[in-house]
Amino acid sequence: MSEGAKTKIIKVDYLARVEGEGGLYLKIHDGKLEDVQLKIFEPPRFFEGFLRGRKYSEASDITARICGICPAAYQMSAVHAMENAFEVSVDGPLRELRRLLYCGEWISSHTLHVYMLHAPDFLGYESAVHMAKDHQADVERGLQLKKIGGEIMSFIGGREIHPVNVRVGGFYKVPTKREMQGFRATIERARDAALETVNWVSTFDFPEFEQDYTFVSMQHPDEYPMNEGRIVSNRGLNITAANYDDHFEEIHVKRSNALHCVMKEGGQSYHVGPLARYALNFDRFPAHIQDVAKQAGLGKVERNPFRSIIVRSIEVLYACEEVLRIIDDYQEPEQPFVKITPKAATGYAATEAPRGILYHRYKMDEKGDILDANIIPPTSQNQKMIEDDLWKFVPQYLNQPDETLRWHAEQAIRNYDPCISCATHFLKLDVERS
Amino acid sequence: MKETSQKPKLAVWKFASCDGCQLSLLNCEDELLAVADVIEIANFPEASREVIPGPYELSLVEGSITTPHDKARIQEVRRQSKFLVTIGACATAGGIQALRNFKDVNAFIDIVYAHPDYISSLATSSAIADHVPVDFELPGCPVNKQQLLEVIIAFLHDRKPNIPHHSVCIECKQRDTVCLAVTQDIPCLGPVTRAGCGAICPAFNRGCYGCFGPMETPNTESLADELRDKGMITEDLLRLFRTYNADSPAFKMESERHE
Repeated sequence: MSEGAKTKIIKVDYLARVEGEGGLYLKIHDGKLEDVQLKIFEPPRFFEGFLRGRKYSEASDITARICGICPAAYQMSAVHAMENAFEVSVDGPLRELRRLLYCGEWISSHTLHVYMLHAPDFLGYESAVHMAKDHQADVERGLQLKKIGGEIMSFIGGREIHPVNVRVGGFYKVPTKREMQGFRATIERARDAALETVNWVSTFDFPEFEQDYTFVSMQHPDEYPMNEGRIVSNRGLNITAANYDDHFEEIHVKRSNALHCVMKEGGQSYHVGPLARYALNFDRFPAHIQDVAKQAGLGKVERNPFRSIIVRSIEVLYACEEVLRIIDDYQEPEQPFVKITPKAATGYAATEAPRGILYHRYKMDEKGDILDANIIPPTSQNQKMIEDDLWKFVPQYLNQPDETLRWHAEQAIRNYDPCISCATHFLKLDVERS
Repeated sequence: MKETSQKPKLAVWKFASCDGCQLSLLNCEDELLAVADVIEIANFPEASREVIPGPYELSLVEGSITTPHDKARIQEVRRQSKFLVTIGACATAGGIQALRNFKDVNAFIDIVYAHPDYISSLATSSAIADHVPVDFELPGCPVNKQQLLEVIIAFLHDRKPNIPHHSVCIECKQRDTVCLAVTQDIPCLGPVTRAGCGAICPAFNRGCYGCFGPMETPNTESLADELRDKGMITEDLLRLFRTYNADSPAFKMESERHE
């Protein structure tokens, strides 16, 4: 069977240094790449199923449990969707404190990825612990920076994983001005470490690889997007979260316990996350951050996904500066939350999780009980994009040893910081009875 | 420094979960490199591509059993592990995904799905101890990272982990938080919930919502009666006990009283 002898299968049964359970399957025939499958076998947990019948006020804590790495993102999308439904707006210091929480999550989640999940690919190590043997100072800087991100979340949220202080309308308790000021010196240290991080990652070797991506992110008139804004693309899309379902759709494919998202018009994949935010919001950065980006070798738009590690580092630097600004401008609000009156309504929200747009939609009855919920996390939106990247990136390595090929393919997947726990929360139930 | 081969081997396993409890180990930023000095992190896919084969001195298990494949996999994990410790509410009590255990599964199936045949799932989400013997269960959604470190150190020294079994109320007293239930009539599960979080919610002016699961011998019925006397409706009592530890026996029994 000469034909069979020419077929080679490269498999990664259990992808390491990603959040959750996934694998990779590459089929090479006659020196040509024939199939690429990012497999997701993380067991589905059916959040949308059991959110039905819960109170509107419970959604933020329940959906936080979709992901231990970006719980604040789930809490933020949930509370904004509820406030959208009940026509409440949360402004002033409460809005700033939410941004503060989000900054903490960006810092901790991005730094985890930059130092512990992605940098080892560039420097040739199996893990950050292995890397620490030769790069101890760098790894320790990363750990301390990540720790400060977690401390910001604990400060405003009570704890770094599944914060407890977020509620629809605001918070249970808000910090005093003095407490905020007490935090300043720590954040200044974080900002220095973030700048060193940008300098460090910009010295890595990056594979030559670019794609003409359709970037999709939020956009706000005055600020780099986190909690608010319209959903825009570099191809002219410009919608509110309420119109999300009209423009994007999910497709169920056999190889994955997560849904693939595509744009309805044209059915093509799209790219969410740091590269998209950066490309669509570069001019929202303060001038000196733009300069740091330029010095690190980035243009106003970056199309090489491997360089997302630099963009993440820039976003960490920006988040540190935002925290300093929020601390300095802070005035204690009169009330920790805005009062909510539930009614029968549907609410929509999207916010920028570290990995990209996180969309929530909830329909409530007149008591505020949830009748229907829909949640679309960034990794399911990027899943098809990751496969598209592999189709174009892998062929140049087909003649290399399997282990080299596997390493490059894994690195290309990690460009997206995929969170498989997020991507798999929502499938409906099919039961095997025993 | 000890030679690699002499260090005890640690494995971290994931089942149905959010990743938060194993992330707690990476969140030990001040201790992680020191821990890695005395323990071989032999199998921890979220942190390392390297997999050193078992058997393992200590296995930390995150997540609940929800698929036929995982039901078989946990047996293999047990075989390879000298000590097996569950970390967090999913592994210890089935987690938030155990809410499916209380539903008529047909309610889910009725939701028309594109290709339900692609998915393989059990009707329930169950704790690890329902499937294999477990040496220690660490509660919490998520676990407390200091408690996680204590468990790792204790098992490597062959001693019992020093983890309290009393209620959150004790922790409020320890940190001088004035009782929300007594002074403000805020519903609080503190009296029946196991300590470990540090009584964070009451310190933020919020009633405890029970994410560490039931304490030793909790009197849930008495607490529920008092909450009802203060005006909580049956639907809310049911939801209060039916969250992240819904399938733990004490909370399960209490929630069923309000069905």
